[in-house]
Amino acid sequence: MVVFDRPKSLSPVPFHYCPGCTHGIVHRLVAEALDELDICGKAVGIAPVGCSVFAYNYFECDMIEAAHGRAPAVATGVKRTHPDNIVFTYQGDGDLAAIGTAETVHVGARGENITIIFINNCIYGMTGGQMAPTTLPGQVTTTSPYGRDRRIQGSPIHVCEMLSTLDGVAYAERVAVNTVPNIKKAKKAIVKAFQNQIDKKGLSIVEVLSTCPTNWGMTPEAALKWVETDMIPFYPLGVYKDTDVKLLNPTSTKEGN
Amino acid sequence: MNKVTFSEDLCKGCGLCASVCPKKIIALDREKLNKKGYHPAGITDQSKCIACAMCATICPDVVIKVEKE
Repeated sequence: MVVFDRPKSLSPVPFHYCPGCTHGIVHRLVAEALDELDICGKAVGIAPVGCSVFAYNYFECDMIEAAHGRAPAVATGVKRTHPDNIVFTYQGDGDLAAIGTAETVHVGARGENITIIFINNCIYGMTGGQMAPTTLPGQVTTTSPYGRDRRIQGSPIHVCEMLSTLDGVAYAERVAVNTVPNIKKAKKAIVKAFQNQIDKKGLSIVEVLSTCPTNWGMTPEAALKWVETDMIPFYPLGVYKDTDVKLLNPTSTKEGN
Repeated sequence: MNKVTFSEDLCKGCGLCASVCPKKIIALDREKLNKKGYHPAGITDQSKCIACAMCATICPDVVIKVEKE
């Protein structure tokens, strides 16, 4: 009996990611979710700009490459013209929380019925380890060589907390992929985010705390430990919102339909 | 017997599989280089495998296939 094998929705090609980069794990979890819900045939993925720019090579479903940060806007267009298709974006923190902040906030405000997979690794990976909006206070990067100073560079953005204040967001959860139990929880969250879209509940976002061993200057194993010791205390895991946007009154501030 | 298969040419030698194996039977093969130029991970004692698939779950490059008897 096969206990574990490559999911069918994941193309049989090697990833271009650095050794130990957890993008590969999250790609696999998304593919497993597409398999499990049997939606690969009608799924449309939107690839971002950043390390995961080649995500369109790795999934067997239809994929579209968006301009930097604009994946939620492209996803909105696809979902509104093809409401029966399953539309998801896969974005990193530079794409979603920096150049694409406006698109991210307003896709939440509009409550588009799409799924967002957000990779938070506290750094810009592809461009060589610069400070990201999600870089931790005190964290050394190539553009914060003395460590991020909140007085100069401001505080990191907590994306799940921010989006959970918007009415159009149905589901926001933060997960991590640093241990096997956390990977299993991340898989459940991703499956739920797709199921919400099938149930037409509104915007679902799953923030995944991920690693960047190359730009953090750590071994892959030490990077997973750093997620546990430094990232999770600052970005607490858990469900920030789980509701049903359909239940909101569309034309009145009063409750009920 | 439980069986673990490594697609060696996909492996980047990050060693995460070896770090989570509860039976400590996975190691990087320091004698060998794969197509990409990494030391690939492999299993040292197949008979001790309990097919928990923890190695495959944490592998970022989907190298590992696990079969249970």
